[in-house]
Amino acid sequence: MMIGSINIAVLLAALMVAATPILLAAIGELVVEKAGVLNLGVEGMMIMGACVGFIIAVNTGSPLIGFMGAALGGMGLSLLFALLTQALMTNQVASGLALTLFGLGFSALLGQKYVGITPPRTPKLDLGPLSEIPFLGRALFSHDIMVYLTIALVAAVWWFLKYARAGMILRAVGENHDAAHALGYHVKRVRVLAIMFGGACAGLGGAYLSLIRVPQWTEGMTVGIGWIALALVVFASWRPWRAMAGAYLFGGVVVLQLNLQAAGVKIPVEYLSMSPYLITIAVLVFISSGKARGSLNAPGSLNRPFHASN
Amino acid sequence: MKKLLTVGVLCAALAAPVLADTTKVGFVYIGPVGDHGWTYTHDLARKAVEAEFGDAVQTSYVENVGYGADAERVMTQMALSGTNLIFATSFGYGPDVNTVAARFPNVAFEHATGYIQEADNVSLYNARFYEGRAVIGHIAGRMTQTNKVGYIASFPIPEVIMGINSAYLHAKAVNPDVEFNVVWVYSWYDPAQEAAAAEALIEQGADVLMQHTDSTAPLTVAQDAGIMAFGQASDMSAFAPESHLTGITDVWAPYYIDRVRAVKEGTWKAGNVWHGIVDGMVGFAPMSERIPEDVRAEAEGMIAAIAAGEYHPFTGPINKQDGTPWLAEGETAPDGDLLSKDFYVEGITSDIPN
Repeated sequence: MMIGSINIAVLLAALMVAATPILLAAIGELVVEKAGVLNLGVEGMMIMGACVGFIIAVNTGSPLIGFMGAALGGMGLSLLFALLTQALMTNQVASGLALTLFGLGFSALLGQKYVGITPPRTPKLDLGPLSEIPFLGRALFSHDIMVYLTIALVAAVWWFLKYARAGMILRAVGENHDAAHALGYHVKRVRVLAIMFGGACAGLGGAYLSLIRVPQWTEGMTVGIGWIALALVVFASWRPWRAMAGAYLFGGVVVLQLNLQAAGVKIPVEYLSMSPYLITIAVLVFISSGKARGSLNAPGSLNRPFHASN
Repeated sequence: MKKLLTVGVLCAALAAPVLADTTKVGFVYIGPVGDHGWTYTHDLARKAVEAEFGDAVQTSYVENVGYGADAERVMTQMALSGTNLIFATSFGYGPDVNTVAARFPNVAFEHATGYIQEADNVSLYNARFYEGRAVIGHIAGRMTQTNKVGYIASFPIPEVIMGINSAYLHAKAVNPDVEFNVVWVYSWYDPAQEAAAAEALIEQGADVLMQHTDSTAPLTVAQDAGIMAFGQASDMSAFAPESHLTGITDVWAPYYIDRVRAVKEGTWKAGNVWHGIVDGMVGFAPMSERIPEDVRAEAEGMIAAIAAGEYHPFTGPINKQDGTPWLAEGETAPDGDLLSKDFYVEGITSDIPN
C-alpha cells in the first residue's frame, strides 16, 4: 500500500520504532503517577539508562545484559528521588527537575570514555513465516524484541492496575493516601516501589535509544524525549492503552513529517516538527492547573506529600 | 555573603593582570564536547591551544550553553574571573557576545559564524564550508547509482542553504539526472530524529546521504542499509567504516592559536574573517577506498583549484530556483550574497521552509 511514494508498511514499522522509547518511559511514569507521585526526572533517568546500558552492553558484549543494566541504572537514580521525596519529604517537582539535571550531568561524566564506540547490535527478532506476510510482515513483524516486550509491558501494566490486588492497592494509595494509610497499607513502601518501577522503565527507554535506535552513546542524546513521555501520561489520562496510542501518535507525527519531506510533499514542516512539543507544553500547563485535574481523571493524591501523622 | 563573594571575585579579577604570565582563554559551547560534530571540533582546537602554549595558557570551557541569558551569564562569569579571550562558538550567541563585550572592553571576544559587531573588542570568524560541500557534492554526483542524494538539514538559514546549493550544483555538473531530497530536522543535534530522517530518505531511494547536523546517527543508519554517506565536522569514518566516503572537517586550531598568540603579544585587534580550504579551516576526512581512483583525483583537483583561488564554487552562469538569473557567465558570488542567501539554485525541486 502506498500514499504517493511513501510505503505505508515501512511508515508503520518506523513509527513503532520511534514510539518505543517514549512508550517505555511513559508506561513507567504512568505507574508512578498512579501511586500519587509526580516524578519530573524521567529525562534524567532515561539518559542514565542510555548511558549505563551502553557501558554494560559494550563491556559484556551482550545488548540483553545492557538492557538489564539500563533498568538498574534508571532504578538507581529513581531511588535517589525516592529518598528525597519519600524519606526526606522534599518537594516532588523540584526534586524531579533536579533529578533530570543530575542525570544529564552524571551520565555525561560516566560516559566520557564511551563516546565514539559502536555497541554490540541487537538483532531483529526472527518471526519466521510471520515476517513473510505481505504488508503486515513488514509493518508489524520485522522488529527487535524490545518493541514487542514494550507492548507486552503495556498489557501487563493494564492488567496489574485493573485486576491485580497489588495494583488496586497502588491505585488506592494514589487516589487517597490518607484513606489507604487508614486501611493499613504502607503508602511509602508502595510509592517507593512504584518509583523504582518508573525508573527501570525510563532506563530501558533510554537504552533503546543508545543500543538500538541510534546506536551510540553521546551526551544528552535523549533530547527531550523524557518530557514528551511525561506529557503523554496526562494526554492518556493515566490509561495504559491510551498511553500506547498516544506514543504511536507522537512517534507517528515525527516519522510522518520526515517521510513527507523526504518524499518531496510540500507541507509546512516547521509546524509539524513543532507539534509534539506544542502539545507537550499545552498538556504540562493543563496538568499544573488545579481545576483541570478532576476532569482529567488524575490520581487524587498526585504530587501531594504524605506524612503518616496527618 | 553574596556581596562578599562578588568582592572576592572582583579582587581576583583585578589581581589577575598583575600575576598574569598565563593567558586565560574561555570557550563557550552550544553542545556537548562529545558530540563528535561541531562542538567536538572546537574542543579539539582548544586542546591544540593548550598543547601549543603549555603553561603559558590556561583554558576553560562551558558546554551546553543556551542562547540569551544563559550565554550572557557564562561569559560574564568568565570575564569576571580574569579571562583574557573568549571564544563564543555558535551563531546564536551574537547579541550576548556584544552585550558582554561592551561591559568588559579589556576582554577580547571571538564569535564564530556571527554577523553582529557592535563593540570594538568583538571579532568574527567563519569558515567557507561551501567549498567543502562543492567537493563532496561532486563525489556524490559521481557515486550515486539511484541518482538520488538525501540531505539532512538543520535550520533554513543562509549557511545551510548555501551548503545545499553548493553540493547540488557540483553533483548536477557531473550527473545531470541527480536529484536532491532535503529533510529539515529543525535541530543541530538530535540523534534519534536524524536517524529517522536518514531512514526516510533511504526509503525514498537515496543511496548517498549528506548531513548538516552534528550527530553520527545518520552514518550508522547508512552503514546498516549498505548505502554511502558523508560525515560532518570531524572524521566520522569509525562509525560507518564501509559507508563513510569522506566528510568536511572543521579545523579551528590554526586560527585559535593565532588569536591566542595575538592576545599574549598584545597585538590582538578585532577582525572579521571567512577562512576556507586555503587557510586550512576547511579540511577533509580521509577519502574512502570505495571512491574510485578517477573520482578521487577529480575531487583532489577541485580541492587544489579552490585552494589556489583558481576556482570559486559559485561561478556563473547560475540561475535561481525560479529561473531568474543570479550569476552571469564567469561571475562569482559576492560574499554578501552568500551570507544572506535565502533561495535555492535552479534544479532543486523542493521549497525552503519559511
